[in-house]
Amino acid sequence: MSEKLNFHFDVDGTDFTSAGQASVQVKKNLRRLGIAPETIRRVSIAMYEGEINMVIHAGGGEADVNVSEDEIEIILTDHGPGIADVEQAMQEGFSTATDSIRSLGFGAGMGLPNMKRYTDDMKIETVVGSGTTITMRISLM
Amino acid sequence: MKISTIKELLQAEVVCCEEGLQHHVYSACGSDMMSDVLAYVKDQAVLLTGLVNPQVIRTAEMMDMVCVVFVRSKKPSEEMIKLAEASGMTLLTTDKRMYDACGILYANGLIGKKVRHV
Repeated sequence: MSEKLNFHFDVDGTDFTSAGQASVQVKKNLRRLGIAPETIRRVSIAMYEGEINMVIHAGGGEADVNVSEDEIEIILTDHGPGIADVEQAMQEGFSTATDSIRSLGFGAGMGLPNMKRYTDDMKIETVVGSGTTITMRISLM
Repeated sequence: MKISTIKELLQAEVVCCEEGLQHHVYSACGSDMMSDVLAYVKDQAVLLTGLVNPQVIRTAEMMDMVCVVFVRSKKPSEEMIKLAEASGMTLLTTDKRMYDACGILYANGLIGKKVRHV
């Protein structure tokens, strides 16, 4: 595979029940490409957490998954409120999610830490008031 | 342990994907917090939960789980059943409470964290 493959998704921010659809599709696509199951699981969990975050906090956004010979790159972009204190947001257990989100099984403050845990590299670019872009990489080497 | 044995031990009803009852599973976990399942669970094939929304099925799918047991007589919605059927995931529902359901399975050899080699 010498060319980069790209999967692009629009993440609907209005419907919590549909959150995760893009991750399910990515999982299927990666399976077809013959990527190792453990790698697929890491990619799909990181992306799923990111998708949930986009729906909970940012009113949706866009997701791009680029597959090249040596890595899988996940880029999540939203135009939400941004993250005021990234260091704080990265702490396990810190969350700004509402009780209604918690009652759905999320908002435990594990999303961003999980995304970091399951990927080899994660970069957060955020501007308060205009949005956040998260780039995650998982090595295939 | 076969999923059919889980069904018997918990006196559970099969909601969908009955063909999955023949699957063997070696470990399970119980949680109502999907973020924790995504953070701490590894290689558990069965999720016991009292939470009912489509993200339960998606979380289980992300973790490559093959069966979800709804405790406290919780019934999954049509949408959840469709999602589970699409990925061949067996759904069971039992009137047992979380603590009891987990305890019964554990006492019968279905362990938590480590995979038991048989």
